[in-house]
Amino acid sequence: MAVNLRELSKQEVSLTGGHRLCAGCGAPIVVRQMMAAAETPIVASVATGCLEVATTIFPYTAWANPLIHSAFENSAATISGAEAAYRSLKAQGRIDKDIKFMAFGGDGGTYDIGLQSLSGAMERGHDMVYVCYDNGAYMNTGIQRSSATPKGADTSTSPAGRKIPGKPEHRKDLTAIMAAHNIPYVAQTTPAHWRDLVTKTRKALAVDGPAFLNVLAPCPRGWRVPPEDTIDICRLAVDTCYWPLFEVEDGEYTVNYQPRDKRPVSEWLERQGRFRHLFRDENKGIIDDLQDVTDRTWERLNRQAGD
Amino acid sequence: MSTATQSERVALTGNEAAATAMRQINPDVVAAYPITPQTEIVQMFSNFVADGDVHTEFVRVESEHSAMSAVIASAASGARSMTATSANGLALMWEMLYIAASYRMPIVMPVVNRALSGPINIHCDHSDSMGARDSGWIQLYSENAQEAYDNIIQAVRIGEHPDVRLPVMVCQDGFIISHAMDNLYVLPDEDVQAFIGEGGGQEHSLLDVDNPATFGPLDLQNWYFEHKRQQVEGMKNAHQVIPEVAREFADVSGRSYDFFEEYRTEDADVVVVVLGSTAGTAKDVVDAMRADGHKVGLVKIRVFRPLPADKLVESLLSRSAVAIMDRSDTFSSAGGPVYHAVRHALYDVDERPPVSNYIYGLGGRDIRPSQIRRVFEETLEVARTGQRSRSISYLGVRE
Repeated sequence: MAVNLRELSKQEVSLTGGHRLCAGCGAPIVVRQMMAAAETPIVASVATGCLEVATTIFPYTAWANPLIHSAFENSAATISGAEAAYRSLKAQGRIDKDIKFMAFGGDGGTYDIGLQSLSGAMERGHDMVYVCYDNGAYMNTGIQRSSATPKGADTSTSPAGRKIPGKPEHRKDLTAIMAAHNIPYVAQTTPAHWRDLVTKTRKALAVDGPAFLNVLAPCPRGWRVPPEDTIDICRLAVDTCYWPLFEVEDGEYTVNYQPRDKRPVSEWLERQGRFRHLFRDENKGIIDDLQDVTDRTWERLNRQAGD
Repeated sequence: MSTATQSERVALTGNEAAATAMRQINPDVVAAYPITPQTEIVQMFSNFVADGDVHTEFVRVESEHSAMSAVIASAASGARSMTATSANGLALMWEMLYIAASYRMPIVMPVVNRALSGPINIHCDHSDSMGARDSGWIQLYSENAQEAYDNIIQAVRIGEHPDVRLPVMVCQDGFIISHAMDNLYVLPDEDVQAFIGEGGGQEHSLLDVDNPATFGPLDLQNWYFEHKRQQVEGMKNAHQVIPEVAREFADVSGRSYDFFEEYRTEDADVVVVVLGSTAGTAKDVVDAMRADGHKVGLVKIRVFRPLPADKLVESLLSRSAVAIMDRSDTFSSAGGPVYHAVRHALYDVDERPPVSNYIYGLGGRDIRPSQIRRVFEETLEVARTGQRSRSISYLGVRE
């Protein structure tokens, strides 16, 4: 499964230009890289959210592959219905193509309101890939906190106020929750690590059964970073080990990238306006806390991977 | 009970009748979640799948919300798709009911009517499906297991008709029908298959990767209204399609169906309107009162959505008084949903009869012949005097 950039660049673009996602949005980069990686036609579902509302404004659509959207919390249940129809019609000889199924959701539609639907679809064993584009808040509705929002982040429902300095809680470790479903393939990646992302997309599509990919997808508006920094900020998330690149294949953990020079989390935080208040003296403890959780998660991952 | 090769009279509960209809329809996809009193349908269908009696892909979802989400996508994929539910399960589907209808997905869903929480109660009333009356689904109500069976089979054809393309819920009263043993005629499997024909009827399939389409796009101020207007047209077209399907079904089964059944209404001064299993009890009361010389009759509504407003007016306008029996309330403090619908339909008639409303049977409270007799007697009094003492009454409740 060698990843050849020249070949990838020749793939037809599945999410075409002209959509209305913001400059620097991580979501369309993720989708385009994944679709370019796919070697079989894809039928996709998408949860209500930025990716959906900005790419499917009737009578236009940016999607060159079949797509279905119906609601916020049900991207996984929706694609499981399409996949069931495919199995049924294929078994009856009413369809002859090979098709793969992908579901997309933001962190709101995945970590929070769609978690039940996702868990159910994974447990049922549908042959599908669920992709969470994790931008760490409800960005579509105006940057409200989600259970993917890092501790301390300033969001519109966890504002950095005079008394409470941003979101009080740590984020949920969704990738671990999905690994606990004992599905064939679970991985975490970013669009900055395109070779990693393409390889993982192909592995996820290749397994017989459900796969889950958690992909960091910066939101320049919500993170308060310049749009041109999207890829850099992903690299820094990985180099600080805030967002490790790893995969779980049939329960076996592999850490795919060991930073030669592991950077302090503060370097990732200080690039983002949503964490600016944490650098005031009285909030330094939150940075220490984030560093501590990052280190412990990183060590645990390496133990799980036997490194 | 794996096959039926000739029309035969069998003893089945309402749930067994519904499950049998589902087996004979042999949907491409079923996604369902068990809930009392619908549970047996899901259990029996699981047996059909386990025994290879159907070719259905059965998605054992983790909730009714996911059930409806899955069948919306499977129907969009060109697969004939069904689910079934009751009460809180229907309520959990609420968001998706509207989406199923607006996406014009011909999903067929047996609904075993049960009181909606709270307080929690597992027994029959119509608050669940009546709450969904404006979700854009066609609604058929059944008096007994035979009608539930027949309605489910007809629902496939009604929903999939190219002029309609709407989801259909087929309601039967929880426990009263669903768990009571009834005598009914079951069609041979091949007759059901011949009647429903090839499945799906999806013009543009989600699975057509050579002609990719986006289903469920964002529809803003300049298109949403047109799409909702088209949805109304589908419901209007059902007025033609429902009788067409019923005529064809009568040819196959020998059983006739209309928007509503008129029982001994020819010369009736007083007519009571009901839906569901109460019609059976009310017919007995009509017979008894006719024997006593009272000119009374019954209208049993089968199709509540679309509302056969013109036909109901035709049937009711010459009466001296009409009473509507509702097995749910709207909590508007202005009467039940059937009352609202029928009384509204009569407004355009100059010489309209007085119409009163009786709300009864909530949470499975028994409705007795004596209580229905009281409805007739009070309505005969309205007919005599032209005066209603009150417009809305609650029947059989401690007040």
